[in-house]
Amino acid sequence: MKAINTMKMEIESRSVNESFSRVAVASFIAQLDPTIEELGDIKTAVSEAVTNSIVHGYKEGKGKIYITVSIFENAKVRIRIRDKGCGIENIKQAMEPLFTTMGGERAGLGFAVMESFMDKVKVRSVVGKGTQVTLEKKINGRFLNDGN
Amino acid sequence: MKITFSDDILTAFVEGEIDHHTAPEIREEIDKRIMSDKPSILRLDYSGVTFMDSSGIGLIMGRYKLVSSYSGKLEVINVPHNMAKVIKLSGIEKLGKVMIKGE
Repeated sequence: MKAINTMKMEIESRSVNESFSRVAVASFIAQLDPTIEELGDIKTAVSEAVTNSIVHGYKEGKGKIYITVSIFENAKVRIRIRDKGCGIENIKQAMEPLFTTMGGERAGLGFAVMESFMDKVKVRSVVGKGTQVTLEKKINGRFLNDGN
Repeated sequence: MKITFSDDILTAFVEGEIDHHTAPEIREEIDKRIMSDKPSILRLDYSGVTFMDSSGIGLIMGRYKLVSSYSGKLEVINVPHNMAKVIKLSGIEKLGKVMIKGE
């Protein structure tokens, strides 16, 4: 399927960019006239994926995070978040709610949040090469939800 | 962040966005007061929170562990509606009192 509109960005894996990246993605999607709740869902899911790249992919070290947002017919949005970090050895285990390798302050809910807030979540990862998370969501938008 | 202490209740009015970047500073400020006041109830007021991802849950879970270590209790109050989804997903409502605004 061919995208109607695309946005690509590249950020450094600094935690200060977490806020920027989720707001930038939300701003791009604003053209679909989403509801506040839909925007909130997308911001939260993007925040989780970007944080995973920073905390796990690059283990708080330095690297680049590549984000691509594509808009398709019928207001379907696809967000790809990719890093060239250490990769995930066991994706199934990493996606289990409450599983965390970081202990204490990490809730271990990153993938659970992504799966619950988006329609589809796909993870591809190669140890030593990096991880790509693909998030998909159909935007029903304000007009549809209002019934106008 | 405003933090008040009266009747053995420590209330922290968390403001702004809670993510992996902002959480450490919020955590340090609250923990300093927990350690000095040892409140029987820690109340996290989330009414000023404009965004949170699962770091906001980590913040609650971590503080729960800390106050539980001396038999203190945790309450999270005034969680804005659009942040309530993350809270519900986590199941932390079982930990203490979590109040969700407008529901």
